[in-house]
Amino acid sequence: MSKKKGQSKVTVYPDWCKGCGLCAAFCPAKVLEIGADGKARAVREEDCVDCGFCELHCPDFAILVTPKDKSRRKDNHVVPAARE
Amino acid sequence: MAERTQLIHHYLRHNKKFPHVYCAGCGHGIALGSLIRSVHALGWSKDEVVMVAGIGCSGRMAVYVDFNTVHAVHGRALTIATGIKLSNPNLKVIVVMGDGDALSIGGNHFIHAARRNIGLSVLVLNNNIYGMTGGQCSSTTPLGATTTTTPFGQMEKSFDLVELAAAAGANYVARASAFHAQGMDKLMQATFTHRGFSLLEVVSPCHTQYGRKNKFKTVVDMYRWLKESATPLEQYRKLSAEKAKGRIPLGVFVDRDEPSLEERYADLRADQTAQAGRR
Repeated sequence: MSKKKGQSKVTVYPDWCKGCGLCAAFCPAKVLEIGADGKARAVREEDCVDCGFCELHCPDFAILVTPKDKSRRKDNHVVPAARE
Repeated sequence: MAERTQLIHHYLRHNKKFPHVYCAGCGHGIALGSLIRSVHALGWSKDEVVMVAGIGCSGRMAVYVDFNTVHAVHGRALTIATGIKLSNPNLKVIVVMGDGDALSIGGNHFIHAARRNIGLSVLVLNNNIYGMTGGQCSSTTPLGATTTTTPFGQMEKSFDLVELAAAAGANYVARASAFHAQGMDKLMQATFTHRGFSLLEVVSPCHTQYGRKNKFKTVVDMYRWLKESATPLEQYRKLSAEKAKGRIPLGVFVDRDEPSLEERYADLRADQTAQAGRR
């Protein structure tokens, strides 16, 4: 977990977001906000400390926090063929 | 830390309608995410996991994940899971139930499955109410709470699920909360890998049916309440009775290592086969 600010990109999938406001209420750096359309959006992405709260606690799996630096990205979503 | 969401999307059945049916901010969604992360962390393949769910909001969970799934009848998820586990003990059987499903309608099955100590991983998503059917009081609705069937406040005492399971003889009993997702991941992995009947109660806020009638203005207020009232079990045991009132202890309550029913059954079968061979 990086302690430096602004190394992460916060993506919200608006189609999946139901606007419950959990991410906006508990984000320690106040990165997320509920917009006028009732959906969450990342307004202060440069303050993100990569704590991962929003991603772990989004009940609708609508938030993705990824490192901006592509080389640091994990390949979680591709499960090895042997395990399928 | 990051990049868990892609992982969750990998395990979902995308031909089902998404986003899921749960209301905005429902703790069941967080529990579903935790379940998928735990299965992935344990390195189980999709084919060796069987998920049995009952009826109710929690029952929808079996529809969304891409494991072998059974959407069972109301309260009878444990009976069907018992059959699956005994017929093929190599399968990892996960049972997901709500509080109404596990304790009210399937209460008898619950205590007897715990008594038999059969190797099931049981998740009870406790939201203190019958959410899907219109907010009737369940057997875990706290004393004095308002619901559609108790407009003047619940008059009956509620079940303590953890103590009930411990007294009935479960091997592993723990409680997690939807607000503490990382703790829930750890407890869930322990529940999935523990020998015998292992139970994890997940405190999951239901704002639509429970919160709105009980002075929680928004769903965020329910999570704030959970954040304030949740206490680790070690700390909870040190508190005086007065201070402990209204607090929710989280952690591992029972950790026994007794042989499970399917292990005993396998031993018995090996013995009998050996005896028959000698004759």
